[in-house]
Amino acid sequence: MAISVLIPTPLRKFTNNQEAVQASPGSVATLLAELEANFPGMEARLIGPDGELRRFVNIYVNEEDIRFLQGLQTPIADGDSISIVPAIAGG
Amino acid sequence: MPKTLGMRCRECGEEYPLSPIHVCELCFGPLEVIMNWEEIAPRVSRKSIQAGPPSMWRYHDLLPVEGPPCVGHNVGFTPLVKAERLGKKLGLNNLYIKNDAVNHPTLSFKDRVVATALTKAREFGFDTVACASTGNLANSVAAHAAEGGFKAYIFIPSDLEQGKVLGTLVYGANVLAVKGNYDEVNRLCAEAGGKYGWAFVNITLRPYYGDGSKTFGYEIAEQLGWRAPDHIVVPCAGGSLISKIYKGLNEMNRLGLLENGVPTRMYAAQATGCSPITTAIQTNAEVFRPQKPNTIAKSIAIGNPADGYVAMDTVRKSAGWAADVTDDEVIEGIKLLGSTEGIFTETAGGVTVMVTKKLAEQGRFGADDLVVIAITGNGLKTQEAVQGHLGAPVLIQPNLDALDQALQTDKLLQVV
Ligand SMILES: Cc1ncc(COP(=O)(O)O)c(C=O)c1O
Ligand SMILES: [Zn+2]
Repeated sequence: MAISVLIPTPLRKFTNNQEAVQASPGSVATLLAELEANFPGMEARLIGPDGELRRFVNIYVNEEDIRFLQGLQTPIADGDSISIVPAIAGG
Repeated sequence: MPKTLGMRCRECGEEYPLSPIHVCELCFGPLEVIMNWEEIAPRVSRKSIQAGPPSMWRYHDLLPVEGPPCVGHNVGFTPLVKAERLGKKLGLNNLYIKNDAVNHPTLSFKDRVVATALTKAREFGFDTVACASTGNLANSVAAHAAEGGFKAYIFIPSDLEQGKVLGTLVYGANVLAVKGNYDEVNRLCAEAGGKYGWAFVNITLRPYYGDGSKTFGYEIAEQLGWRAPDHIVVPCAGGSLISKIYKGLNEMNRLGLLENGVPTRMYAAQATGCSPITTAIQTNAEVFRPQKPNTIAKSIAIGNPADGYVAMDTVRKSAGWAADVTDDEVIEGIKLLGSTEGIFTETAGGVTVMVTKKLAEQGRFGADDLVVIAITGNGLKTQEAVQGHLGAPVLIQPNLDALDQALQTDKLLQVV
């Protein structure tokens, strides 16, 4: 089964306006590298100069925030759905 | 000349034209509206403000909309109450309550942000508005959408208090109760994003929404005789309100409206069961850790606060502090404010009152310092929280004997 990655509006310039793209199994880190290979420039938007996820970016694996899982080392398997979402206000 | 010039990323400084976008494309940081102060400053004075209406719109010049309000003309300018009896309990001689529990029309400070956001939504040409909400924003978006003739889609966690659900449905909004906590509601709405062409008040219109809260700060200072207080204690969910109050005070100061500069220290209040911001501050951490909320203070139960860093900056820059309180204390706080000041606040207010008590016990305020507690929501909306904690009416027959007898019992009234 495929792995789908939901792309947020601010990054759709890289994906030719595709809302979702496919990826291979591995980890969040390998996913980001794969996105970078397919859509050059995207990784720098998500990862800061310190190599960490930027503080206003959230990545979810099957609806769970990777900060509650294993961060960038969180494994990704066939059938998982990934979503990349900016932090948003509320209340 | 327009009042608003563009938007700027708070994180990296990148600038954008005015449009319904809310995060920086480069770093995902929050965008803020750039105000045209050269244009605005010369026409703003204490006099010009005092000549305005008794509502938040007396500060129209300082808000990020171009035209007149399209909804919410009567929002704001809520009472600033001198809290003598609560002050005595806390050992504070100059304690004030800024009481947005009686904000018009939906009894929370959210009316300020919504009146601003929907005015901007109309200026952008939207006919449908939406929001993800822990309850108060839901009430306010639904009410103002009705007033303005917008279609409304409201997303809430499915376990919200009855009062907040009814208080949304009554305005004829479409309500979607999402099986999950608020952070999950928020994620869903972020994913929906632009898909349906709606203006999500807290997403699409976030930069405008946020600035509506500045009026909470403007009003405190004006009501104190154009003085910024020494301390303000603010309940935090996403972390926007606390920073916008501080931003508002600093704007007033730059415009020369204040007597005493901004000596104000800002204090963040959260429930222990959802305390990512106050934990980070109390542990001097650089980053906050998201939490899974577990508290009766549902209106401020946001485990992954979008403006958490902004709130932390505000507290640190102002040399303030933070504290959190348990659910039992939240109930105690609601009762304490009710029984000393005659003000019925919701759970968020219970948090703020008890955090103020805690900070006072820690010796963070001088006895004569001017302290303001931000009461941001109304207790009638969260009755479940105090149900069973207030005693019950004493039931009697309608005759004097029964009354005499009832008055002997110790069930009646201990005065606080
Ligand atoms: C009653 C009440 N107080 C305070 C807040 C906190 O606002 P913010 O998300 O700006 O921190 C909220 C947010 O929903 C609220 O409903
Ligand atoms: Zn940026």
